[in-house]
Amino acid sequence: MADYQNIYTSVQIHGPVDPGVPLPADSTWKRDFPPRMNYWLGKIGDAQLGPIYLGATGVMSLIFGFIAIEIIGLNMLASVNWNFIEFIRLLPWLALEPPAPEYGLSFPPLNDGGWWLMAGFFLTVSILLWWVRIYRRARAHGMGTHVAWAFMAAIWLYLVLGFIRPLMMGSWAEAVPFGIFPHLDWTAAFSIRYGNLFYNPFHMLSIAFLYGSTLLFAMHAGTILATSAFGAEREVEQIVDRGTGAERGALFWRWTMGFNATIESIHRWAWWFAVLTPITGGIGILLTGTVVDNWYMWGMEHGLVPPYPETTPAVVDPALGSGG
Amino acid sequence: MKNKHSMHKLLLPGTALLALLMLTACERPPIDAQQTGYRGTAMADINNPRTEVKTAAANQVPDPLPLAPAAGPKARDIYQNVEVLGDLSVGQFARVMAAMTAWVSPEQGCNYCHLGENLASDDLYTKRVSRRMLQMTQDINSNWDQHVANTGVTCYTCHRGNNVPSEIWFTGDSPAASASMAGYTAGQNVPAPAAAYASLPADPFTGYLTQGDEPIRVQTGALSDQDNYITIQQTEKTYGLMMHMSDSLGANCTLCHNSASWGNWSTSNPQRVTAWHGIQMVKALNENYLSPLQPEYPDYRLGSLGDAPKANCATCHQGVQKPLYGVSMLPDYPSLAGD
Repeated sequence: MADYQNIYTSVQIHGPVDPGVPLPADSTWKRDFPPRMNYWLGKIGDAQLGPIYLGATGVMSLIFGFIAIEIIGLNMLASVNWNFIEFIRLLPWLALEPPAPEYGLSFPPLNDGGWWLMAGFFLTVSILLWWVRIYRRARAHGMGTHVAWAFMAAIWLYLVLGFIRPLMMGSWAEAVPFGIFPHLDWTAAFSIRYGNLFYNPFHMLSIAFLYGSTLLFAMHAGTILATSAFGAEREVEQIVDRGTGAERGALFWRWTMGFNATIESIHRWAWWFAVLTPITGGIGILLTGTVVDNWYMWGMEHGLVPPYPETTPAVVDPALGSGG
Repeated sequence: MKNKHSMHKLLLPGTALLALLMLTACERPPIDAQQTGYRGTAMADINNPRTEVKTAAANQVPDPLPLAPAAGPKARDIYQNVEVLGDLSVGQFARVMAAMTAWVSPEQGCNYCHLGENLASDDLYTKRVSRRMLQMTQDINSNWDQHVANTGVTCYTCHRGNNVPSEIWFTGDSPAASASMAGYTAGQNVPAPAAAYASLPADPFTGYLTQGDEPIRVQTGALSDQDNYITIQQTEKTYGLMMHMSDSLGANCTLCHNSASWGNWSTSNPQRVTAWHGIQMVKALNENYLSPLQPEYPDYRLGSLGDAPKANCATCHQGVQKPLYGVSMLPDYPSLAGD
């Protein structure tokens, strides 16, 4: 029996590579990348690498994505005067910035935000093509399309941040820069500008689903690993039988907290928690600046902000007195 | 297989070493936290007692010079061209001059500002600038007590033995964007010393600490306001200024603000009012004293855009919430207190 008590997979299957089910005879695209075995990949997942089915959408998605990354990377390189060492050294600080506010929704000069618009366009096309690819591969395998719709939830948040909300605000400048620290600065500034996003109820929901996702992930993965000695990783096929390893995991939860998910419904829980994280987050972002300008004030009005007793002498805005 | 096993043995110590390396940027505990607000509001002053010892040692007030007799003829009657400190006795005047030399030009001595053969001459730009600086010091001490209280400032508060205070700023200190067709940075996205090495706008001073009227306040005071067009970019600039203030004072945000609402005054600490007056003060000093001195300076004292050196919070504070730990030098040098 496989032993799953370690940080890496200690059992690897080595044998003839598996090409998978045959493609339909009329398929234009073939599978690329002849399969091979890799010992180190086998430590964390399947030891077999490839083949991969790229297809038209896959190829186009990679090309568009490459163009987007290229625009972002070359602009970062240009911002440090094409000094490659500085590019590596300062990479976390560098970014491709959206246009300045005065351009509104117009197309600014290339080096004034135009590159950002182009990068955003190519990246969006790339992501949407990748979504189509996921959807069609799932269909081709006779699968449900749960993965595609989960991905769509993430795309929704991405589009709200970089496209839908800037459109509603009438300015591309509202969108997020492409950069490591700069996009974090954007996040902090966004919360500061709109009066503390922690009082945004959809932000709260998003955080609850995000943390809930990690909790469910830990609970489910922990349960399956802990019962793997009884073969519980064949979880779904054990769902209707008594005395299986998976049932032992279910009993564990029923006996510790009285209620348990079934081995099928736990995946439904996890899927919805994960998918609702960006969906609620996107709604919260979309309402910010368009409907609500100060979430702290919103919280005050709806009894969300607790009244704290004052511990210092009353502080009054000094600008009120002097008219400054 | 033997090789693979020895690599497994290296995995754990390797991971431990990596984790240790990643911690080297952190300050080790214990850290002193002083609660300053109601429980549960995260209102606290955070201090590292080990760095605090070093900061304290670097921010000591120098010993005052021996007192000089107030009796005797006045400086303006004996010397020519004494415009600011003429009411002092000759002895007191010489004492203040000696103190200023120790504070500002300990290496070059009197001749940094004065021509050796004619002490009254205004030929050296340093003399003309230092006269303005004396007037500025008196102005601060007599008109800006809402910021400097009774502690006040002297030349030493900023100069600390340097000809030019170590903490000054120029407009456009940010690295110029490449003039080519790519690389637009919107004035940010480099480790900006002015913003505590964040990727925030590299010059968070121009527009706030000069007569420029850019709004520091970005939040709407109401639930909804269709007329507040403050952008994220403007907010990041305010954020940069706040990082500068925090860095300059060696204080965290909650010295002044309640993080529940940065903009709300009624939940803020009284220190925020002091800081607000400080911003007004620095703005006035830059506009009335420091910027107009631009024509006096030789080129090498000017910024890359030709502007005069200017003051910000760090110029006086130098990493300490109350400059020189709040020790006043004015009782020893009352002539700098102004009216």
